[in-house]
Amino acid sequence: MSALPPISNSGLLRWAWRQLTSMKTALILLFLLALASIPGSLLPQRGIDPIKVRAYITENPTWGPILDRLGFFDGYSSPWFSAVYLLLFVSLIGCVLPRVGVHYRAMRSAPPRAPRMLQRMAGTRSLEVTGSTDEVLLTAQASLRAARWRVVTGPQEDPSWVAAEKGYLRETGNLIFHLSLLVVLVSIAVGGLFGWKGNVIVREGSGFSNTLTQYDAWGGGRFVNAENLAPFSFTLDKFTADFERGTVQRGAPRAFEAEVSFRPDPSAAVQHALIEVNEPLVIDGAKVFLVGHGYAPRIKVTDKTGAVVFDDAVPFLPQDGNFTSTGVVKIPDSTPALGIQGLFLPTAALDAVRGPHSIFPSPDDPALFMSAWKGDLGLDSGTPQSVYRLVTDKMEQIGLEQLKPGESWTLPDGSGTVRFEGYERWASFQIAADPGKEFALFAAAAAILGLMMSLFIRRRRVWVKVLERDGVTVVQLAGIMRTSTFEDDDIGVLAEDLDLVEHALAAAGLVRAEAPPEEES
Amino acid sequence: MNPESLAQLSNMAIYSSMLTLAMAMVAFAASFANGQRRSALVVAQESTMSAGGTAVLTKQKSKPTEEPGRRAANIGLSLTWLAFILLLAGVVLRGIWAGRAPWGNMYEFSITAALGILGVYLFMNLRVDLRWLGLFIVIPVLLTLGMAVTVLYTEAAQLVPALKSYWLVIHVLAAIICSGAFTLAAATAGLSLIRDRAERKLPPGTSPTGPLSSRIPDAERLRTITNRVLAFAFPLWTFAVVAGAIWAENAWGRYWGWDPKETWAFITWVVYAAYLHARSTAGWRKNKASWIALAGWVVFLINYFGVNFLASSLHSYAGVSS
Ligand code: HEM
Repeated sequence: MSALPPISNSGLLRWAWRQLTSMKTALILLFLLALASIPGSLLPQRGIDPIKVRAYITENPTWGPILDRLGFFDGYSSPWFSAVYLLLFVSLIGCVLPRVGVHYRAMRSAPPRAPRMLQRMAGTRSLEVTGSTDEVLLTAQASLRAARWRVVTGPQEDPSWVAAEKGYLRETGNLIFHLSLLVVLVSIAVGGLFGWKGNVIVREGSGFSNTLTQYDAWGGGRFVNAENLAPFSFTLDKFTADFERGTVQRGAPRAFEAEVSFRPDPSAAVQHALIEVNEPLVIDGAKVFLVGHGYAPRIKVTDKTGAVVFDDAVPFLPQDGNFTSTGVVKIPDSTPALGIQGLFLPTAALDAVRGPHSIFPSPDDPALFMSAWKGDLGLDSGTPQSVYRLVTDKMEQIGLEQLKPGESWTLPDGSGTVRFEGYERWASFQIAADPGKEFALFAAAAAILGLMMSLFIRRRRVWVKVLERDGVTVVQLAGIMRTSTFEDDDIGVLAEDLDLVEHALAAAGLVRAEAPPEEES
Repeated sequence: MNPESLAQLSNMAIYSSMLTLAMAMVAFAASFANGQRRSALVVAQESTMSAGGTAVLTKQKSKPTEEPGRRAANIGLSLTWLAFILLLAGVVLRGIWAGRAPWGNMYEFSITAALGILGVYLFMNLRVDLRWLGLFIVIPVLLTLGMAVTVLYTEAAQLVPALKSYWLVIHVLAAIICSGAFTLAAATAGLSLIRDRAERKLPPGTSPTGPLSSRIPDAERLRTITNRVLAFAFPLWTFAVVAGAIWAENAWGRYWGWDPKETWAFITWVVYAAYLHARSTAGWRKNKASWIALAGWVVFLINYFGVNFLASSLHSYAGVSS
């Protein structure tokens, strides 16, 4: 690590590669990964909440744009974050792949012959045995084999020996763990390239079919054929929401349920299903999640001639936990063109500080507050407009009113009548397909399994040596721990390994006595 | 039994547990104050270690123990067991009262986490004598419980729909056991740093005499315990994160979205992975690794407290604001 880089080009490359794949580099890259993850959790992120990002940049005119340029609002796809994890994974490949080869050869090679000085090892034992060397070695060998040790026997001479090794799965587990991390990364990439997700608001009683134009928002990976999505469709038959009515956590959501009827494709029979939070509906590889809900006040507008120019339920967007909701109605077809900004309150309250707001999310006492406008809605200007915002630059306010369901408001300038007919509910769904997620899950499970193998399995060796001394046959047993996580238990584990052989010899009636420990000849 | 009395019983059990822990703390502190220079239990511990056999262990146990420090530590340990049982009762009663797994808000997380810390400590203590660690476990548990009953207390209520998932139960259970293990490992890692410093000032072969460092095992042993606990906790934490991802996939349609809570869980995971790497990197396996273990715990705490209070997160279910 401390050596200076060599001068020649190929030498430099090899040196750089060795540095990159060293354990210390992996360690430093892990720290960098942890560090690089932090900004994204502190600053608003485009992928999660683009509106907050815009607000942040507006509020911080100096730092906002700089941070933006440096990718801090897309923290997890920024060049610096990508650089860290890609380097980490290159380093991982560079380290792990060669080790696969090394490990493969190690698994196939025989455990090394017994060292000369078994007595020097901790926990060594000597036993006086009866019976022939062959008998002793065969018994020892059989007992180790039965316990799934890899065993070799030395030449039939004095001393003869058995060498055994166990715990190769430790390294196997370690390799599985690291390789699984790679598979997780690849699965995430597959999900990004081949996956898609969209959001849609569906009113009670209305339907949805899975084509691009029906989505309110849609995003897909590079390799998704957006024109040819799976042709399923569903109708929201009924939506139910329950909220806490007790004093503790009053108004907190308790249950949401969307009853739907769906068809996997237009020719299929209709099926029924219940979608709940945590219980998505799976159709044709896509999952339909219930992610939100709200109210859609039904509004009917007649112009001054008495013709109905608008009659529909309009989804309003909830602004707080009690579903104070805002929405907009645009009526370009009346003369003059009309626009209504509305505030729907499921349980209405009015106070001096907060103005009109809702005090409970259920429709206990619904009311609609409205502000009516006339003039140019700006729909023909060519710039796309949000359906939830009224551009009032070229409009003139007509008046304000507050209605209960069933009430009407005659606009003060005589341009028509607005009637608040009632309300419907809507539910919003996220529909997503991620072809990588099963692989990711499988790889994650393999990683955990490999990790446990890697941490809990001990790699160790045991030797059994038979010596003739003064006409007495003596067996020496010894073992060493090669790799282990729990140093403090190692001695006990080795003792158990030696017990295994000793008990087998005793059971075969081969042990005469415990031999006094003595120096090796 | 009506719900009100269940609630009262749960609270009573938790207060009794705190009282018992306070007494345990006094007992453990007394064992430090009265202990011999190297308390006998540590010596017993180490001889068990080096001899390795269980035979030695039983011999040690039958030895008469007269040192006041040891007796106080035994009292502390018994009181900790009692506190654990009381706390377990408090948590279970809370669950019965709420009619669900008792981890729906920060108060419930905290009492269950306190139970997790005590549980991991007592469980480890069955396998390795950890009486000398008692004080450093009881104090954070008391702090956690104290904060729970004062700042975080919330009446039991049902869960918001996003939390109604058995993956959540599994996820939180795993995370709570990890919180116990991480806390324990942070205590031993911190002590190993203190002891290491004391050891380095002395000629080899002599033991430190400081009030604290003379009464804890040697630094290498402390590092081994840290490693053992974290080797157990890391796969469990990996599992907890994966279970959380499965739950998120079921609730929101994506298994990973870099939500602050997820991000900090990931950072925790990376830091503890760095710890395990450090343990097998030359020049890093001693004090540097111990510092990393402490850093992991700090990151875990940031995730546990900081994110719930500060960041706007899909996971904001702390239930403390209302
Ligand atoms: C970047 C390249 C990497 C290299 C060169 C590398 C190398 C190694 C090596 C050699 C070990 C075995 C240590 C031992 O035998 O005790 C190990 C263990 C481990 N690695 Fe990595 N690793 C890398 C990346 C990662 C990553 C990205 C993670 C996950 C965050 C990770 C997590 C672990 C864990 C948890 C262990 C402990 C398991 C054990 O002790 O066997 N490694 N790594």
